[in-house]
Amino acid sequence: MEGAIKDWRNDIYKVFKELDITMVSHVPDAGHTPLINLCEKDNEIDVVTLTTEQDGVGLSCGAFAGGRKSALLMQSSGVGNCINALALPNICRIPFLTLVSMRGEWGEFVPWQVPMGLGTPKVLEAMDVKVFRADYKEEVGSTVDAAARFAFNTNRSAAVLLSQKMIGAKQFKNG
Amino acid sequence: MIERRPFVQKILKNRKSNLRVISGLGTSTWDLMSGGDNTGNFGFIGAMGQAIPFSLGLAMSQPNLRILLFTGDGDTLMSLGSIATVANHPVSNLSIVVLDNESYVETGSQPTATAGKTDLEVVAKGSGISNSYTITSENDFDKVINTIYEEEGPSLVVAKCQAKATPLVFPHSFDGSVSINRFMSSIKS
Repeated sequence: MEGAIKDWRNDIYKVFKELDITMVSHVPDAGHTPLINLCEKDNEIDVVTLTTEQDGVGLSCGAFAGGRKSALLMQSSGVGNCINALALPNICRIPFLTLVSMRGEWGEFVPWQVPMGLGTPKVLEAMDVKVFRADYKEEVGSTVDAAARFAFNTNRSAAVLLSQKMIGAKQFKNG
Repeated sequence: MIERRPFVQKILKNRKSNLRVISGLGTSTWDLMSGGDNTGNFGFIGAMGQAIPFSLGLAMSQPNLRILLFTGDGDTLMSLGSIATVANHPVSNLSIVVLDNESYVETGSQPTATAGKTDLEVVAKGSGISNSYTITSENDFDKVINTIYEEEGPSLVVAKCQAKATPLVFPHSFDGSVSINRFMSSIKS
């Protein structure tokens, strides 16, 4: 199981390498941690820890203006923070790629995660972001590859929602 | 107090070929454009709060260029966390000049937090940008030029400005894709 979980993050990492994505920004989420660790070990990838997800949109656009491709990693709760910032890649036709680990959908324990979990695909689509989704680990690599190519080939924004079913619902225990 | 438009124009005059200039939305963009059309400029007209992270991404991608951001106190206050991000992912080639007029002049001159108790130099220093200082007069022009071109960044200069409306000077295009592609051509060439 451990190996299987590690594998789909490796598949994302391989897409980053193949498509020359050399900047990865994030507000961390447990679901992204193995991928963040892989990127941090890679001297060719700059990992930028943000204070709010929306800054990853501007950072990514500035990096592209300077000739580098990047990706923003965040949890579904962070998507709401990005709405107005998403105007920037939209109006400038700058490719923008984000990978979103989903909460509030599959076996969720925390009620506070549900509103933004339900809202995530809707607000992304409201801002003209093409939404892709991976429910099974076998399809993560091909889905991220497709979303990244969509973004960088058509100069549009793309998001991949990584389902909570695949990541595993976080359970809180006392004691 | 500094008169912002002549101050910005003076900084842009005789600009060196390794300088690229970004401006935050609103008055800062009209200020930048008032210095004359230049493909090495990119001005925000929306996406408030994104000029600082954009400039960080650009500076990280083009370490051999000097990146200058002109932005206002309103734009900066919307993204205070990005100052911490700049400090912790240091880029030696980034200078941020905040044209701090202590008000939202574009919308009717409502006071910002810097008209009250907030000091952006202290915010920058507390966030970890040690190269931060405040100027209140054009006499400090040479110091700012030295910061922009020579000093180890990142830096954040708070330029205390008069709060008065200035004429609108629009960029070459309002179409963001035209503006960014033009700007990117100045980097490739």
